[in-house]
Amino acid sequence: MSKHLPEQKSIFDPELLRAAFAESIKKLDPRILWRNPVMFCVEIASVITVITFLMSLAGLGREPAWFTGLVSLWLWLTVIFATFAEALAEGRGKARAASLRKSRTDVTANRLASADPGGSTTKVGASELRKGDYILVETGEIIAGDGEIVHGAALVNESAVTGESAPVVRESGGDRSAVTGGTTVVSGSVVVRITVDPGETFLDRMISLIEGAKRRKTPNEVALEVLLIALTLVFLLVCANLSPLSLYSVAATGHGTPVSLTVLVALFVCLAPTTIAALLPAIGIAGMDRLFQKNVIALSGRAIEAAGDVNVLLLDKTGTITHGNREAVEFIPVGSHNERAVAEAALMASLADETPEGRSIVSLARQRFSLPQPARPADAEAVEFNADTRLSGLNTGGKQYRKGAADSLVAFVRALGSKSIPAELAEVVDRVARAGATPLVVCCDTEVYGVVNLKDIVKSGIQQRFLQLRSMGIKTVMITGDNPLTAAAIAAEAQVDDFLAQAKPEDKLRLIKENQEAGLMVAMTGDGTNDAPALAQADVAVAMNTGTQPAREAANIIDLDSNPTKLLDIVEVGKQILMTRGNLTTFSISNDIAKYFAIIPAMMLSVYPQLKALNVMHLATPLSAILSAVIFNAIVIPFLVPLALKGTKFRPMPAERLLIHNLLLYGVGGIIVPFVGIKAIDVVVGLFV
Amino acid sequence: MKELKPAMLMCLLFTLLCGGLYPALVTGLGQALFPHQAGGSLLTAANGQTVGSALIGQPFTAPGYLWPRPSATADFSYNPMASGGSNLGPTNPALLTAVKERIGVLRATGVSGPIPADLVLASASGLDPHLSPAAARLQIPRIAKARGLSEEMVANLVTSHTEGRQLGLLGAPRVNVLAVNLALDTISR
Amino acid sequence: MNLPNDLFQFSALLAAVVLLAIPLGGYLAKVYQGERTWLSPFLVPCENFCYRLCGVDQNDDMSWQRYALAMVLFNLVLFLLLVAMLLIQPLLPLNPQKLPGLSWPLALNTAVSFVTNTNWQNYSGESTLGYFSQMVGLTVHNFVSAASGMAIAVAVIRGFVRRSSAFIGNFWVDLTRSVLYVLLPLSLVAALFLVSQGVIQNFSAYKTVPLVQATTTEKPQLDAQGNPLLDRAGKPLTDKVTVRQATIPMGPVASQEAIKELGTNGGGFFNANSAHPFENPTPLANFVEVLLILLIPAALTRTFGVMVGNPRQGWALLGVMLFLFVLALGVLHWQELASTPLLKQLGVVGGNLEGKELRFGLAGTDMFEVATTATSCGAVTAMHDSFTPLGGLVPLSLILLGEIVFGGVGSGLYTMLAFAVIAVFVSGLMIGRTPEYLGKKIEVREMWMAIVTILIAGIVVLILSGIAIITPAAVASMANPGAHGLTEVLYAFASMANNNGSAFAGLNGNTNFYNLLGALAMLIGRYAPAVAMLAMAGGLAAKKYVPPSLGTLPTDKFPFAFWLTLVILIVGALTFFPALALGPIVEHLAMVGGN
Repeated sequence: MSKHLPEQKSIFDPELLRAAFAESIKKLDPRILWRNPVMFCVEIASVITVITFLMSLAGLGREPAWFTGLVSLWLWLTVIFATFAEALAEGRGKARAASLRKSRTDVTANRLASADPGGSTTKVGASELRKGDYILVETGEIIAGDGEIVHGAALVNESAVTGESAPVVRESGGDRSAVTGGTTVVSGSVVVRITVDPGETFLDRMISLIEGAKRRKTPNEVALEVLLIALTLVFLLVCANLSPLSLYSVAATGHGTPVSLTVLVALFVCLAPTTIAALLPAIGIAGMDRLFQKNVIALSGRAIEAAGDVNVLLLDKTGTITHGNREAVEFIPVGSHNERAVAEAALMASLADETPEGRSIVSLARQRFSLPQPARPADAEAVEFNADTRLSGLNTGGKQYRKGAADSLVAFVRALGSKSIPAELAEVVDRVARAGATPLVVCCDTEVYGVVNLKDIVKSGIQQRFLQLRSMGIKTVMITGDNPLTAAAIAAEAQVDDFLAQAKPEDKLRLIKENQEAGLMVAMTGDGTNDAPALAQADVAVAMNTGTQPAREAANIIDLDSNPTKLLDIVEVGKQILMTRGNLTTFSISNDIAKYFAIIPAMMLSVYPQLKALNVMHLATPLSAILSAVIFNAIVIPFLVPLALKGTKFRPMPAERLLIHNLLLYGVGGIIVPFVGIKAIDVVVGLFV
Repeated sequence: MKELKPAMLMCLLFTLLCGGLYPALVTGLGQALFPHQAGGSLLTAANGQTVGSALIGQPFTAPGYLWPRPSATADFSYNPMASGGSNLGPTNPALLTAVKERIGVLRATGVSGPIPADLVLASASGLDPHLSPAAARLQIPRIAKARGLSEEMVANLVTSHTEGRQLGLLGAPRVNVLAVNLALDTISR
Repeated sequence: MNLPNDLFQFSALLAAVVLLAIPLGGYLAKVYQGERTWLSPFLVPCENFCYRLCGVDQNDDMSWQRYALAMVLFNLVLFLLLVAMLLIQPLLPLNPQKLPGLSWPLALNTAVSFVTNTNWQNYSGESTLGYFSQMVGLTVHNFVSAASGMAIAVAVIRGFVRRSSAFIGNFWVDLTRSVLYVLLPLSLVAALFLVSQGVIQNFSAYKTVPLVQATTTEKPQLDAQGNPLLDRAGKPLTDKVTVRQATIPMGPVASQEAIKELGTNGGGFFNANSAHPFENPTPLANFVEVLLILLIPAALTRTFGVMVGNPRQGWALLGVMLFLFVLALGVLHWQELASTPLLKQLGVVGGNLEGKELRFGLAGTDMFEVATTATSCGAVTAMHDSFTPLGGLVPLSLILLGEIVFGGVGSGLYTMLAFAVIAVFVSGLMIGRTPEYLGKKIEVREMWMAIVTILIAGIVVLILSGIAIITPAAVASMANPGAHGLTEVLYAFASMANNNGSAFAGLNGNTNFYNLLGALAMLIGRYAPAVAMLAMAGGLAAKKYVPPSLGTLPTDKFPFAFWLTLVILIVGALTFFPALALGPIVEHLAMVGGN
């Protein structure tokens, strides 16, 4: 059901790459790069090497100019790779934001003085609309701002926002009254009360979110940055400390030369956690972008990461766990009737029933007994469901076909004068109800034929997903208005951990608060206005785009497809973002071990020839060793860009096994890979030097 | 600064408790229960004069005495007022020179074969009262010759002053040098 | 040399530590939670008397700021008192040797050293300090600096235990209980045991005894100004002097020795510290001293486990500590047994005994040295300066890791918890969750405090050793040339910044340079982590409790312990590998390479 956008491009689309490259150069501006302190330090280091390069060109340095020049070049590349990764992650969002912005410009609105559609209108620009204004929108016009329909109904094409081209019904009152600025009325005429000021509309927020203009670092991101900055500071001091140590060593041994500035700077950049620092912004942006591809708008990065921490998922039964509608699955005769008789009576009772349930009875009856497409008798008189009788059916040929809940129907036949209700009816009804289905009793006049078993159909594969969630430690709670018996049966079938039956909106709110008191993070989905308080309370609140404006405002994530199972995707992306950061941090730091073995013996060899014992990679010369480490340090960034953008593969498994798995892959891998990589680069460098 | 008053009072209280009462208690009980040990495990000669402590080594250089480990204390070897080691690093040429010199002295007395480390490497305190049995055995011929005693007699003396591991497990077997030398003087006299 | 016996001694030690830590840890938990113990009938009245005397309300819960302020003020008062005492020593009683007052830089360094539980000694006890200074000054500090550490550790544990609370306990109560219920009773028993082994305990004047054999020594000739006279070749002129008697120092040693080990203080009564036969006379005394050093830090892991309601959490930390301890002991013992090729070439057998006492054997010596540097004790039975290069690397590395392998009394646990927080953070990300430890979310504030705690000492070492190594006055203090001299300087600042107190003792630390910069290093190394961890505790106590789920990484199981060990080793290695490469590592390579 999720329709993907026509303009969607691969991350590595050449056009996007070109744009990203231009953007990456712009991001070298220290005033922008400052936001990434580790890379900012690398930029300063690069500037220093440019100076040492110029000095060695002038014959002032100890090292040959080709060496300082190449070190400088690769340090600059390290910075550029970092800005490029970020630009690339932003690229796809930017393209989409641009197309969104087009749909927003040049919209005019017919402002009404009051909610009365007959009132006089004045033409104003969209930017002049304020909260509380009323506008009239007619067929073919674009809705100028976010609001609520207060009068009328219309078919609205929301493809500008959702990418879904099939128009949807929007009408005043109820849960389908919200409209979004930038969408088009295909038919109908409505009065919309504007609910937000210009610049704050959903579309505006979406654009700024996608562009990253309002992107704030999440708490986890800041905490990780604290660690990275501290490590960078330590490595800065390690390198600063090496200078006096080498001076002393030279004086003590009486030979060799102290470490040069170029080499110290190179060592610093190699040791600093550049890999993770370079990819850190890209990981978060790419995560939001991945959700965006799934038509989910997170109103903050924090919301996505909170989703990764969720302990309890509150899921509405209808639409999430079960298909929206109940289906007839069985005809159960009572008394002397056979199954076919029940089917025929049910078919007649449902002939005028246009609800999905009614249609499912018709189709089951036809299917089971190969009945022809029944023609509606000319004298047929439909009996609509009403709150008093709580029955529906058809009167034809003097016969009254009815279907309904057992108690209502029994009351109906008794009223018609029936003396004997089949004894087993109560037992059958009870059996069906206990299995979590809805028993619908069918009669014709005073004759009770039997029971239609209307069942909630649990979505296929849903148990599998709940199992995954459980293995990640996430508890699922089904929320339903059904009675406890029915709810229990469906809960058991879907394998949710818990359920809340006969739930009212305030029950939801209470459940969320209780869980939060116990220290749990709660996620829920909702669409109705009465869901808004619960949405506002939940840690992760996903509103359906079809939902009401209050619901959408209370939520921190909006699902444009209005598909409640998206919550599971959101959890997954939230976890992926954190995992990718953690794994790359471990990888980046593990890398330093090999870099020490490459650089330390190389930089001190002239003082202590014995240190060649530490040159376990047998790198050719001190200069090529240092250069190889620098090149490896730079080149590993673009190699890891796809991982950063796509995220670590998500595996639902218990925390402990996941940690071991990732430790082996990124920790042990992080130790081994640079040994191989630096050696390989050294061999290549050796061909030229 | 509500905490300043308790800070000062606590400070005084603990000074009295830990710096006055506690050491006084340990001294009283220690002197009562283990007077010899508490007083420094002092050794007295036959004439009643204190000749040293069983725990503090003394320098011996005469051929008729069991030589102790080298000592790096200031002013003179085994100076109890300046406990300490040489602090020479393992690759310091000064250490190797000193060890070579000590080996030379030993070889001059007719010692051959491997040299027990304790005989040529200085102790940590500079007051180490002990020698390994191997290092003591190596000196038996020299002592016997200088004192005109049989090697067997000297060997028996060394053996009788050899302690094993404490509780059969801890530490190393060792010979108390001062005790052996006092015993040597006793039999020679 | 008897390897099976050595291994047996090591096993006996570890078994004794673990077996004693369990009951003691449980006892400590009871004490700090104010529950009844078997000593309560006697000690509760004493405790209440102390509170009344000092005007402390024991139910007055403190915020972390107040707790930290109380701790700092208390330490400040103690510090000033000790400085004064050292400066006016001649005016104080119990000074039979009429020792003079200390110079102000030395008094400052010494007072900082003892108040910070470092016990770095730039003086030689027997010739510098009178009995009053030793006893009323230093012994008291041995108690209260240890008790301060324990109090902070308990407050940090409360941070994890309490939920949505603004308070972390009362410093005065924690301090008083640490001294009354734990340190004093244990010290008393231990001191008496040490006396039975031969540790002295008296107030006699030093004993002068005649030497059995008079000995001769060369004394340098001095001119009127006290400068050495040189001959024409530039060699110092000496007089042959015959020495006929020796002066044996005395003093209340046992009472200080017991708390010196128990409180991981390490400041020796004598210059040779625990190598001195009067401080550590027998192998059994040595074994007990090692046990005393490790006892409380090991027990506190248990206390931690009990107080957070899951003893396995404590076991996990103890397991990491034991693993690193065994690793260090293995390397040191292997290196010292193997001795050096230089000595082997000369025909010297029996391991590297330079700077070691015979009675302990290599096993007894090595277990003491690993224990004393794994914890922040710093007492020594051997001269680390004379270890083999890689042997010397072991105590240096244990100190540089941040004193977390058991670590200081109290400080070891809270520093280890800071490492655990970092480990939890990174591993939490790796499994895709906002990290949590013991049900508390680890966020920006916790990261800052943990990072300050684990990195500040390293930062101080890097900066100050860098300054020292190119300062001629500092280089002149070295006793050994080349790479070994560099190790001496590195060790000195590592030891001071991490509040250990042991030394590559050839380095002459009693210069203004080392006295003053050293005091700075010790102050930062002690109080920055202490205050940071209290701040963390305050933040944690205020947080809600997050119950563990399947998605929570269990921190009481092997994978986390393994990861924590890796984090500790990687942080240490990355910070200090270059410096170590130019010190002990290159010395070793040169030695085995034969040049």
